[in-house]
Amino acid sequence: MEWLKKLLNKHLQFFLVDCLLPTTKLPTFPTFAPMSNGRVILPTERFALTIDRLCHQLIENHDDFQNTCLIGIQQGGVPLVNRIHQRLLEITGIPRIEYGKLDITFYRDDFRHRSKPIRASVTEMDFLIEGKNVVLMDDVLYTGRSVQAAMSALGDFGRAQKVELLTLVDRRFNRDLPIKSDYTGIRVDSLDDAYVRVDWQEVEGEDQVLLFPQKED
Amino acid sequence: MQAQLSTKHLLGIKYLTEDDIQLIFETADEFKEVINRPIKKVPSLRDITVANMFFENSTRTRISFELAEKRLSADTVNFSASASSVSKGETLLDTVNNVLSMKVDMIVMRHPAPGAPQFLARNISANIINAGDGTHEHPTQALLDAYSIREQLGDLAGKKIAIFGDITHSRVALSNIFCLQKLGAEVKVCGPPTLIPKHLPALGVGVEHDVRKTLEWCDVANVLRIQLERQDIKYFPSLREYSQYFGINKELLDSIGKKIIIMHPGPINRGVEITSDVADSEHSIILQQVENGVSVRMAVLYLLAARK
Repeated sequence: MEWLKKLLNKHLQFFLVDCLLPTTKLPTFPTFAPMSNGRVILPTERFALTIDRLCHQLIENHDDFQNTCLIGIQQGGVPLVNRIHQRLLEITGIPRIEYGKLDITFYRDDFRHRSKPIRASVTEMDFLIEGKNVVLMDDVLYTGRSVQAAMSALGDFGRAQKVELLTLVDRRFNRDLPIKSDYTGIRVDSLDDAYVRVDWQEVEGEDQVLLFPQKED
Repeated sequence: MQAQLSTKHLLGIKYLTEDDIQLIFETADEFKEVINRPIKKVPSLRDITVANMFFENSTRTRISFELAEKRLSADTVNFSASASSVSKGETLLDTVNNVLSMKVDMIVMRHPAPGAPQFLARNISANIINAGDGTHEHPTQALLDAYSIREQLGDLAGKKIAIFGDITHSRVALSNIFCLQKLGAEVKVCGPPTLIPKHLPALGVGVEHDVRKTLEWCDVANVLRIQLERQDIKYFPSLREYSQYFGINKELLDSIGKKIIIMHPGPINRGVEITSDVADSEHSIILQQVENGVSVRMAVLYLLAARK
């Protein structure tokens, strides 16, 4: 991957690849983006399609969700788990699928090394994961450190039979740790400086994913 | 809303802002959830070593701090003055510097001299948490008291809180006054005139000598112990007389006819400042205070560790 990173750094502000999507058609995006502000890389209509596709992929592997629980990582994973949980109920007609929110602040390995401190959020897990299949969810998979922290946090709620990872956006060339998602919404190839933001209907008023050349203030 | 404390040490409530206190409470909420899990431990402070230096006796505070440190995965060393070189004549600064040279990151200290933590903070680089300095401040006790009230009554703004007993010799009283006032509560103290410092009205604190009148006024009664070990002269004729005039008993509480939350920072002298039937009644939140002590101290340790 090093050669590709070098190429990206040298020639392009943005380079976006979105491929390997099994059920939707390959998207095409302009290669160059304006530097001033964010560019929509997943518009509202495709956002809904992507969520539906992820739901169907989950159904393929988890059948009736009898022994499965969905867990969203605070804070980005919470709107995602809410949305997927709701869509799964609508699609499958199953009356109840277990789901929870997991805060990983106290499990982060970098809390004393960050320039900006992070505030803790609520953990709502009213079940143990002993012997269950867990689907961890986060909005953006970037360095992989949140997922690592989430997995150590999960250990405190029992021994899961299996843990899978679902992410809406996978920034696949920015990983610090050997972590891969099992279900991916879109894949984005971006520079380290870039920043991906996920907007939600219930929070920001619109479902979309944006890519910024630099982190916003 | 801020995400870190404005200070590197917890020397007293006086040096905290209202936002600091709210941040500690919100973090403590999360830790309270953690310590009610089957596995009550998080790895946040696994790279931190904390020295608990107790130059004065303590049970509750010391166990509470130690549990808080262990549940955050910190390494701990314990020190008590009676079993150390202090009895051989070593100075405070020398003792602390010796401990620090063994790579300790934080110090939790209780000391009989008021201002001892301030003195250390000026001279050493580790984070310092004051676990009680003489008759000056006991910030974590005030934080857990206010946190327990917040849990019972919600927002503290406008709430009426009375502190009963030996105000002059109590570090808990002074820290409580600062903390409650910063959160917008009204504070009154009640006790014999000899045990109430003359300057208290200057802090905006009401002074009362009639227990019944004060109980009728307040929502929460925080009852303090008579600190005989700090009293070099006689401040009142006898404990028996004190408990008759200033003790809180069931008959008195029942005759008020409204629900008053009873608190006590411990250790309780049963039958002196408070009778057993009051201390064990359903209005008493004394044991909740102790429980909350661990989560509040976890929050303080965690937030200070984030301040390099």
